[in-house]
Amino acid sequence: MTALPLAVVGASAAGLAAAEALRRFGWTGPLTLIGDEAHLPYDRPPLSKQLLHGTWEAERLLLRSTEQLDPLGLDLRLGTRATGLDAATRTLTLDGGERLRCAGVIIATGVAARTLPGAADIDGVLTLRTLDDALALRARMTGGGRRLVVVGNGVLGCEAAAVARELGHEVTLIGRDPVPMSRAVGPGVGALLAEEHRARGVRLLTGAVDGFETEPGSTDEGARLTGVRLADGSLLPADTVLLAIGSEPAVGWLRGETALDTTDGLRCDAYCAAAPGIYAAGDVARWDHPVHGAPLRFEHRMNATEQGMAAARNLLAELAAETPQSAAPDTPAQERRPFAPVPYFWSDQYGIKLQAYGLTAGADQVETTVIDPAEHRTVALYGRGGTATGVLAAGLPPRQVRALRAVIATPLPWEEARERVRAATAAG
Amino acid sequence: MKITIDADKCCAAGQCVLIAPEVFDQRDEDGVVVVLDDAPPADQHDAVREAAAICPAAVIELHA
Ligand SMILES: Cc1cc2nc3c(=O)[nH]c(=O)nc-3n(C[C@H](O)[C@H](O)[C@H](O)COP(=O)(O)OP(=O)(O)OC[C@H]3O[C@@H](n4cnc5c(N)ncnc54)[C@H](O)[C@@H]3O)c2cc1C
Repeated sequence: MTALPLAVVGASAAGLAAAEALRRFGWTGPLTLIGDEAHLPYDRPPLSKQLLHGTWEAERLLLRSTEQLDPLGLDLRLGTRATGLDAATRTLTLDGGERLRCAGVIIATGVAARTLPGAADIDGVLTLRTLDDALALRARMTGGGRRLVVVGNGVLGCEAAAVARELGHEVTLIGRDPVPMSRAVGPGVGALLAEEHRARGVRLLTGAVDGFETEPGSTDEGARLTGVRLADGSLLPADTVLLAIGSEPAVGWLRGETALDTTDGLRCDAYCAAAPGIYAAGDVARWDHPVHGAPLRFEHRMNATEQGMAAARNLLAELAAETPQSAAPDTPAQERRPFAPVPYFWSDQYGIKLQAYGLTAGADQVETTVIDPAEHRTVALYGRGGTATGVLAAGLPPRQVRALRAVIATPLPWEEARERVRAATAAG
Repeated sequence: MKITIDADKCCAAGQCVLIAPEVFDQRDEDGVVVVLDDAPPADQHDAVREAAAICPAAVIELHA
């Protein structure tokens, strides 16, 4: 009997972690990794940091060398897009028309950058999600004196603005929220970041983009950007616009499958299962976090790896339960486990590293403590309904950061968490 | 097992220290990974493999 393959769709952080984990946890059958980008799996966080800055070249972003990939024995299909899935028969359709019947599927297709109508036709309006995007933006940022408008003052917009400023460009950061990153980290930490951006010479504006001003471009390049029109009627001259206005889960290709809920990501249960034999991981997955209750979806690098591993493990456990003898003869049958990570993300801007654990967005209570303003040493505690849900650290030694993680690893009453944060960050 | 690291890529997430505290630590000043034992005993191998797999910056490389 030829065994059916397991397939992982999306060959980036979550997909690679899933594929590696399937092997580590004992899957010896065929394993197909499908990714629509032409590149070997690479890392995205450096795109808005070292790559944009020019300190790293693209090769440095590869998550694994070919020597590391080879032993996995992957049927690696790069430059290949999955266009459909029949969940009941676990059959994928690929863009060449091929149908691939699988024993199980892990979906790790991530998210795509949101854009604005007409933006694609204008020379000078860019997004930043892929390596190709980052190289295109970097190409415009070499040589000085650009006038860059970053639209969107979330994490991505703030990071790109910081790098562009360090490269000496004139940078305007415009967002709907008056305080940058306030939705992710609250107004207190956001205000500290705003201060730093201003001190470095970034112009911060509140507002919404209404459209773009252009002039006829040379040859076939289409219209060339000359400025950004804001909803209040004002005009910002610009030769480059970065749209950093969020992203859309890459679930369009699953819409034909009515067994799946694709509202804001692929809906999964606590085991990261979307349907029998169909799992999801990473930025695309919205799942029932057993501790935090509500279905959650994170666009965080650490979650991509952890969830890829969890989905792999749970898929194998499900297959082993379906066919007790066959699945993985060498490994003892595992139980499926709910995926209950302590969420984590970081962001680097100028010399400042923010590290956040738990839930920092959507808090109804935030306490931000600046321990040392000159060194940007800061701690913030986030809570909802009287329970501490998240913590953020900047400029703190790693031992303290780990202690802060422990504070919110399990939900604590606000006052108790506050005390523990104070103890964890006390000098010494 | 032999561990090598590319410390320049480290993003100081500290996940390796949580998983294998006898093998990895972080520098006080910037949180960058430090290898305490680059040829760890067999009872550490599973944890080290897990740490290498989970590292969000692909810093840890393992050699047979
Ligand atoms: C510029 C930038 C900076 C970031 N910085 C940080 C940071 O500092 N800290 C942090 O915690 N997180 C950061 N992130 C977020 C982090 O990179 C993501 O959480 C992570 O990449 C998610 O991995 P993923 O594999 O789930 O999805 P993705 O990385 O989006 O990968 C999905 C892959 O699937 C492919 N795909 C989509 N549809 C299909 C299809 N139908 N068929 C085949 N392939 C398909 C996509 O092209 C892509 O290659 C950053 C992201 C970006 C873009």
